Amino acid sequence: MGNSRKIRSSEITNENTFLNRRAFLRGGLLVGTVAATGLGYRFLNPPPAKTVATSDIEGIKKSLESNLKDVQTPLTDIANYNNYYEFSTSKTAVASRAEKLQTRPWTVVIDGLVKKPKVVGIEDLLKFDQEERIYRFRCVEGWSMVIPWVGFPLKKLIDKVEPLSRAKYAAFQTFYPGANPTDKEVKLPEGDNGMQSSLFAGISFPYVEGLRLDEALHPLTLLATGIYGKELPNQNGAPIRLVVPWKYGFKNIKSVVRITLTDKQPPTTWNVSAPGEYGFYSNVNPEVDHPRWSQATERRIGEFRRRKTEIFNGYGEDVAELYNGMDLKRLF
Amino acid sequence: MEAQIPKTYLMNDAKFYKVLVFVNFLVPLSLLSWDAYFNQLGANPVEFFLRTTGVLTLSSLLLTLAITPLRKMFGWNGLTKFRRMAGLYAFFYGCLHLITYSIFDKSLDLGAIISDVWERPFIAFGMIGLTLMFPLAITSTNKMIKRLGGKQWQRLHRLIYVTAILGVIHFYLIQKSDFTYPILFGLALAALLGYRIDAKYGSGAKKKSA
Repeated sequence: MGNSRKIRSSEITNENTFLNRRAFLRGGLLVGTVAATGLGYRFLNPPPAKTVATSDIEGIKKSLESNLKDVQTPLTDIANYNNYYEFSTSKTAVASRAEKLQTRPWTVVIDGLVKKPKVVGIEDLLKFDQEERIYRFRCVEGWSMVIPWVGFPLKKLIDKVEPLSRAKYAAFQTFYPGANPTDKEVKLPEGDNGMQSSLFAGISFPYVEGLRLDEALHPLTLLATGIYGKELPNQNGAPIRLVVPWKYGFKNIKSVVRITLTDKQPPTTWNVSAPGEYGFYSNVNPEVDHPRWSQATERRIGEFRRRKTEIFNGYGEDVAELYNGMDLKRLF
Repeated sequence: MEAQIPKTYLMNDAKFYKVLVFVNFLVPLSLLSWDAYFNQLGANPVEFFLRTTGVLTLSSLLLTLAITPLRKMFGWNGLTKFRRMAGLYAFFYGCLHLITYSIFDKSLDLGAIISDVWERPFIAFGMIGLTLMFPLAITSTNKMIKRLGGKQWQRLHRLIYVTAILGVIHFYLIQKSDFTYPILFGLALAALLGYRIDAKYGSGAKKKSA
């Protein structure tokens, strides 16, 4: 206390001022920390992005397959709940990150065991008769949607390149910077397009998928160019993607740049990543559980209670014959 | 001489800081409920609610476990006052997590829950971890501490280490391919447990006895 000087009574803070200041500081502390905690929460759980409007697709034909009576999933849900690991492993973060993806110019290479390999521009792919197909979509994670796709049967494109009789499988590849086809006529957007590295996704890129040729040629198998009458939003696999409604969602490869017909079963990304969890076929099957979750039921987006999952996602009448004599438990 | 602080309408500091911490722990739940009420939880609200309550449980557990190391390293002795609250919040968010799973994922079908625990290791890890928190929550009162005696109580409450480890494994096993978050939680937990092991057996213990 040696160097302290005497405090004059006029210097002593008046009791009320002291308490008021204290109350004020506490109020500030409370508001400040609550705001910080709240902002931290919001940073980790951002509100869903607005759905970017895409252009209309003209002259869509309503096909017989459109008779599905299920309630269609709203576009905001379809466009804000996406597995597209090239952008993010968070389903709600994909939409905003995928805004950077350029989808013009775009070409798809169709080669391999075919008589007439081709490089087809997206403009020409959009010239195929576009039909609406309302399909159930079942994700391996146990949720499902009902999606009014626009597109055309993959068969129409494959027929144009005239497959050789040796061709037994079709292999597909997603756009990925540094791994795209470089054939002469290929025209694809340059740059990184906002896609992240494999390291963070935990699966290898480019994403690849495959079908048996008879699956690829099945009338239900679609190359989709749109949803709800408009071109695909980027996060849903613009500008063109595969839709195979009786298989789990990850078979429905997005933003396709190459289709190659082969005589050997092609590698598929999730099967390579975890062969015990994801098979080549990956037909929707309530009897074959994924090791970490049951496939017996699913949550339809928009519903609270889970519903029973149907074999082949309810398309058994059309596709079961493709698998006659096959042990679906072993070849899952 | 210290000035006498007059009796006032203001609560004392200790009480105020408890309220402060209590309110902050409630912020995530408030925002979660707000979003749920206004239907802003996204396309799959149940999955979002389940995942968020799970992450909040793990975060609260890590905060509880961070108190002792922080206190010892920086001499912030006041932190001990919040340890019980943090632990009880971990328990509370864990219960919300379990309730969400039982009602919305399993429709309260006990048979389905049991077979889920039986067939899927990650569910079993989560269930065991959460179950171990019950005795800790029940014995968290001053009365129970007295009744058990400090030593016994402390020994029992080391179960939180098991809960936290099982919790991180549970989180890791549910991931499909991106393990970033479970690894971050795992590293934080390893640091917090490592500090304790070091304090007891390693260089920390030697320093003390020297």
